[in-house]
Amino acid sequence: MLFDALLLQLGYNATLVSIGAALLGGAAGITGTFLFLRKRALVSDAVSHATLPGVCLAFLLMVSFGGDGRNLTGLLLGSAVSAAAGLWCLNWLTQRTRLAEDAAIGAVLSVFFGFGVVLLTVIQTLGVGRQAGLEGFLLGSTAGMLFSDALVIAAGGTATLFVILLARRALTLVAFDPDFAQTQGLPVGRIDMLMMGLVMAVTVVGLKIVGLILIVALLIIPAVTARFWSERSEQVVALAGLFGAGAAYVGAALSASAPNLPTGPLIVLVSFAFFALSLVCAPQRGVLAAVVQRRRFQRRVHLRQGLLALAQNQPIYEALTLRLLRQAGLARADGVATDAGKARAAKALRDEKRWEFVRRDPANETAAALYDGLRAIETVLTADQIAEIDRQIGGPQEVLL
Amino acid sequence: MFDLVSENGVAQCSNLEEGASPLAIRGLTVSYGQKPAVFSVDMTVVPGQMTAIIGPNGAGKSTLLKAALGLVPKVSGQVRVFGADLIKQRERIAYVPQRASVDWDFPTRVLDVVLMGLYRELGLLARIRGAHRAQAKACLERVGMADFADRQIGQLSGGQQQRVFLARALAQNADLYLLDEPFAGVDAATEKAIISVLKSLRDAGRTVVVVHHDLATVRDYFDSVFLINTRKIAEGPVEHAFTPELLQEAYGGRLATAQMDQIQPLAG
Amino acid sequence: MSGAEFVPLSLPPLVIGTCAAIACALPGNFLVLRRQALIGDAISHVVLPGIVVAFLLTGAISTWPMMLGASAASVVAVILIEAIRRLGRIEPGAAMGVVFTTMFAAGVLLLEQTDTSTVHLDVEHALYGNLESLIWLDAVGWTSLWDFEALAGLPPEVFRIGAALCGVSLFIAVFWRALKISTFDEGFARAVGIATAPLGIALVITAAIAAVAAFDAVGSIIVIAMFICPPAAARMMTNQLGHQVAWSVVFAAVSAILGYVLAGYGPLWLGLQDAVSAAGMIATLSGVILALCARFGPCRRRAGAPLGV
Repeated sequence: MLFDALLLQLGYNATLVSIGAALLGGAAGITGTFLFLRKRALVSDAVSHATLPGVCLAFLLMVSFGGDGRNLTGLLLGSAVSAAAGLWCLNWLTQRTRLAEDAAIGAVLSVFFGFGVVLLTVIQTLGVGRQAGLEGFLLGSTAGMLFSDALVIAAGGTATLFVILLARRALTLVAFDPDFAQTQGLPVGRIDMLMMGLVMAVTVVGLKIVGLILIVALLIIPAVTARFWSERSEQVVALAGLFGAGAAYVGAALSASAPNLPTGPLIVLVSFAFFALSLVCAPQRGVLAAVVQRRRFQRRVHLRQGLLALAQNQPIYEALTLRLLRQAGLARADGVATDAGKARAAKALRDEKRWEFVRRDPANETAAALYDGLRAIETVLTADQIAEIDRQIGGPQEVLL
Repeated sequence: MFDLVSENGVAQCSNLEEGASPLAIRGLTVSYGQKPAVFSVDMTVVPGQMTAIIGPNGAGKSTLLKAALGLVPKVSGQVRVFGADLIKQRERIAYVPQRASVDWDFPTRVLDVVLMGLYRELGLLARIRGAHRAQAKACLERVGMADFADRQIGQLSGGQQQRVFLARALAQNADLYLLDEPFAGVDAATEKAIISVLKSLRDAGRTVVVVHHDLATVRDYFDSVFLINTRKIAEGPVEHAFTPELLQEAYGGRLATAQMDQIQPLAG
Repeated sequence: MSGAEFVPLSLPPLVIGTCAAIACALPGNFLVLRRQALIGDAISHVVLPGIVVAFLLTGAISTWPMMLGASAASVVAVILIEAIRRLGRIEPGAAMGVVFTTMFAAGVLLLEQTDTSTVHLDVEHALYGNLESLIWLDAVGWTSLWDFEALAGLPPEVFRIGAALCGVSLFIAVFWRALKISTFDEGFARAVGIATAPLGIALVITAAIAAVAAFDAVGSIIVIAMFICPPAAARMMTNQLGHQVAWSVVFAAVSAILGYVLAGYGPLWLGLQDAVSAAGMIATLSGVILALCARFGPCRRRAGAPLGV
């Protein structure tokens, strides 16, 4: 079953949903990266919760005009309007009052959602049965989705992705460094609005598949995951799109392969699996790599400080320093240097002396700025320069002791 | 004790008994990420003096102070306060953080901020009594802010905020005062008020350590300097450690000639 | 309305709603000032998986295991957020987003996978709660308040939320000074020896206890709204922490009482037959109060320079 699903063999609707989900996941991953780089990831939570009253009002409006009320396009239009209203409130609260953004997000999120719930109960009291499906917007439901609905989602996902591709350079620039973008003459305010518009678009298109409570996961998790793998913003954006699309595709396929497997939660959990793997294993930024680096760094610091202490006949204060020196065969248990230790210590001290020289000479300013206690002087100066310094210090004979 | 700092400051500071020093740091390395901000620094603060920590931007001045207080984790090194562990000596230290490190929109009044200085005395639950308020008012009086006791802190100017922070430190009635850039972005009147309070503390036998950035005022304000640029460049009385050569080494080419001019006439 | 009708039907929901609102608003004041307002959002989302897991383990809907499960889930979420933030060097908002959506998704999946058709356990219930159904059948009127036999028949939620409110109040009262100093100036707080990290965790756990107790009675919408809206509105009214907390309590109580009344009687005034969700109405009213304060409050503008200038 699972293979059939992954290979799009489970019927036209399931296939369309899987493709739509993948498009949506990609668009969400990319859009989310811009949000994440601007440190506004949870704004999407406010936007998504703010869609609920719009969905309900659109339903009530369509019913009062004698319509069916379940027309997906109409409902999504309503959700977009109320999401925009929520966004406006959020901006107003952060700009015109003393509230910080997090409090404003929480306020918009809970109040809009609370009002939406009031409207949901109003709908329940109005007529019987007709409201069926509105609750599906909370958690998403792809079961029993109409072909036309699937088409709306696939089209929406494609359109969003298309807009992102067109505007990607401006978006990246603003997300990375808004001040610089401003000086380059980019309309930062309007690009920010475009970014929020894309967040809204992703939210609205994703409502039916993932539901409004979980849509934020599609915007946040792939971006955070991608950040582990690259330091370059274009790569982070592309990777986030891939992670998002992959997770959404696999999640949607898994959900189609067996009953009682809701699409939204599965997509989120697959995303999280990608994230957890990256958190632990990514080179450089991953936890494992960081632990190894941290320990290596601490050893370097302690060894270097220990050598300098040995060279200057100062006592060694810390047990760890002494232990590392002993392990390296540079000192005995009582803190006295071995012959190898003496040589290394003399070299370390000499390097410090050389650095002192480098610092005193204004001509070496750029080299001096690289000093951090650990950097080998050979990496910033040529052999000739070092020889010249040594000549001024008074010959390298002591090193050979 | 004071004759230790007479002639040959640099050597004698390191000879100072560790137990006698209000703040003795040995082999301190602090790093943010993979690049040490402070590397293998020794520091021995002389009691009853005003010491300036100076160095270029990003040289690790504030980091040194924060690590001394245990506010940032250290990679290696030891800190002794009055010859004992920091934890046992907290009530003898008063710390004045950088003004920009707090949210001045916090809902509280000037007097409440000064009363925070009495935390160690009051503990969690003791009631604030009239005597405590009088004490806090007296501290505000000393920094010339008595009229502002009931103001909301957000309504103060930068200089006034800095004075309130100093008043809070005064309320702690400590033996060692550590101040992080107290003169940054304050008006001339505030600078004068702060320095006169700090000098009166010194004259009362307290020890004052200040992260400082204005080289022109070092000679007027301080007894000792501690020059740092990731590692210690020099330490000792102003006349020995505050020389153009050592400053050149600490600041590299970044020391503006104008500033050098201000220092050199005095250096001779 | 007579006491004979009011006391059994409306008094318990009013008391429970008010207590729940206040229990959340109290720690909410500090969360808002510490820029951790969304911790409340995260906690209220992870309550669901906690309850589902407790149900799977015990196989029954019983209160204490579920409350334990919810509390455990909150603590797990807080630890995970902190761990991901530090280990992955990710900003707190994004770390929160990763954790609570994942845990919520796991909760929904588990719920769908288990047969809960025989018991009343569903996502909607977790979101809206069921304030209206908390009635006191043993009461006959105001005199029942002095009748021990009748009092024993109060909905158990009354006692639970009452106990939570007492616990939260006690925590805030005891640690008031330490919380105030460490929220205003963390560096100074640590320098004078306040253990700011454990205190911060204790605050979040207190908030979680309030959230779980309130959730049990009124659902998670109220929880998020009450953590944030009353303290945020109170922020616009005063520049003193003590007064701010007092205002937030007033706002929380007003939202709870007015919200319940409007949900129960508002639709009738409009000519509809049935009441609407009380939890939703309470959250909506707290938003209306916030909007009014944000527009007209005496201290609505930022004072002084913003952080970092």
